[in-house]
Amino acid sequence: MNFRHAKTFLLGALAASFLAALVASRINPYWLYIFYDIGISIVMAVSLNLINGYTGQFSLGHAGFMAVGAYTSAVITNQFGELNFFAANGIFAVALYAGGLAAALAGLLVGIPTLRLRGDYLAIVTLGFGEIIRVILQNMDKVGAARGLSVNHGWTNLFWTFGLAAVTIYVVASLVNSTYGRGFIAVHDDEVAAEAMGINTTKYKVTAFVIGAFFAGIAGGLYAHSKQFLTPGGFGFMQSITFVVMVILGGMGNTVGVILAAILLTLLPEGLRMLSGIEHLPGFTAERPLGWIGDTRMIIYSLLLIVLMLTRPQGLFSFRRKRN
Amino acid sequence: MTEFLQQLINGLAFGSILALIALGYTMVYGILRFINFAHGDVFMLGAFAGFYLAPKIAVVLPLPSIAGAFVVLGISMAVCAALGVLIERFAYRPLRKRPKLTVLITAIGVSLFLEYAGQFFFGAAPKKFPDILPVLPITKIGGLSLNSNQIIVLAVTLILLLALRFIVMKTRIGTAMRAVSFNPEAAALMGVNTDVVISFTFALGSALAAAAGILWAINYPSIDPLMGILPGLKAFVAAVLGGIGNLPGAALGGIIIGVTETLVSGYISSTYRDAIAFAVLILILLVKPSGLLGKKEIEKV
Repeated sequence: MNFRHAKTFLLGALAASFLAALVASRINPYWLYIFYDIGISIVMAVSLNLINGYTGQFSLGHAGFMAVGAYTSAVITNQFGELNFFAANGIFAVALYAGGLAAALAGLLVGIPTLRLRGDYLAIVTLGFGEIIRVILQNMDKVGAARGLSVNHGWTNLFWTFGLAAVTIYVVASLVNSTYGRGFIAVHDDEVAAEAMGINTTKYKVTAFVIGAFFAGIAGGLYAHSKQFLTPGGFGFMQSITFVVMVILGGMGNTVGVILAAILLTLLPEGLRMLSGIEHLPGFTAERPLGWIGDTRMIIYSLLLIVLMLTRPQGLFSFRRKRN
Repeated sequence: MTEFLQQLINGLAFGSILALIALGYTMVYGILRFINFAHGDVFMLGAFAGFYLAPKIAVVLPLPSIAGAFVVLGISMAVCAALGVLIERFAYRPLRKRPKLTVLITAIGVSLFLEYAGQFFFGAAPKKFPDILPVLPITKIGGLSLNSNQIIVLAVTLILLLALRFIVMKTRIGTAMRAVSFNPEAAALMGVNTDVVISFTFALGSALAAAAGILWAINYPSIDPLMGILPGLKAFVAAVLGGIGNLPGAALGGIIIGVTETLVSGYISSTYRDAIAFAVLILILLVKPSGLLGKKEIEKV
């Protein structure tokens, strides 16, 4: 992303998502919810890209931070009954922010002990953290434990999803393009050399982790008030992997590519579902001849990962040759 | 006291299965310095190999019987050894000179592929593992109930550990393995064929994982394609706890994790049992990142 146009982009995107929210009632609800999913995926993938892409760490627990944000914001908004337009959006903004802060705090707690470690350990620890969050939520009776938590308000709309997606993109792009943010890339390129240049690598890694977790928490809040029902199992390892695949497919450290990948991979399961829902095909006698395709999403993801790593480790949407 | 000893025995049986899986992680890490994420799924495929083999074996040998069970165990180990070699050959070998992160992501891809291809071909619903061992009446020693299957698990684990120790310490290929893990370039210069050694390491690790899969399925006879995820992760934690790259450490770590988890779920809360291993992992990484028996590695620039 060209940094000089970042502010223009932010204002334009905010205005566009506001206008989109005004005409949302004319959009087919099925597509509306897919648009919400796309916005949420963008927030998740772009924030994960700050950790996995720009800073070169490898987090496998991004959905865990999403869960923290989702549950925190849902618990807050569930305190309120029906509210008028302004009060509702005000409370929603506060709840989203609180969810983000709670996730950031979780990120700090996980990050400080683990980010001194090398990449592959970090992957396992973050994975373990996601599992711990799941187990804790399953044991918390106040938030419904394994039965799940219903969220009373469906306050997520196009303005919030795409507005916050734009804010995430703006913050991450501005950050990595700033003088301070060059440190993230330095940590990614060569940790030892960065340390020798006086960069506090652990501090940079923790910062990236906390900021990424903050936005994951916000995405969790959006998710909670779009789906209106939360279960601990919904934020498992597979969910984290989906976001990791988005970052890798888009090209680690390539924001535009990651956004494209987030859109593509959110639409992919819908496309597969449509294909498997086709009742009849010419040449086939069986009903729903492509019914098996619906079950192949994860197989496709996994093959995509392997083939991509073997042939295009820089990602599908990275065309510039990376310096070595 | 009796209850404590009972839990201890259950924990030992569970822990020795984890130890068998952990050995595969630690051997591969020792030689290639990367986490073979797909190892837990090789464990799953070991159980499924046994599931599909048992009816075929039953035609020739009577099942359940000790001889039949050992044939099932042996063939499953061979199948998974071949599979491990294939995975290494096609997914990891082309990436050997690439950054470690690339290999790690590929390993995650292989793991997901095995899990979901497994769901696609075997079906997602849990399957009942056939009885391949005669169920002996439960022996009671001073109030302790010892399941015959638990004794088999402990005995088979012990035999495999001794066999592994023999292979690694006393044979030519074992010496080559140690040489490659010590310094791959120097070993290659001395005439060790590193490719063969790496393939052999994967075969050995995968065979142990398959054995763990069969032993697991004998004790907990419900198997499904995602059954390898959690035991795999716990075994990895066990390998880190013992000091990754260190064979006795992996066995020790497996036993510790198994016993701790069983004791915690028996005395404190069973719902938190899956979080124990990860809590142990974070703790050990904070206190002694090189593990209980591992040596501290100095990073050279």
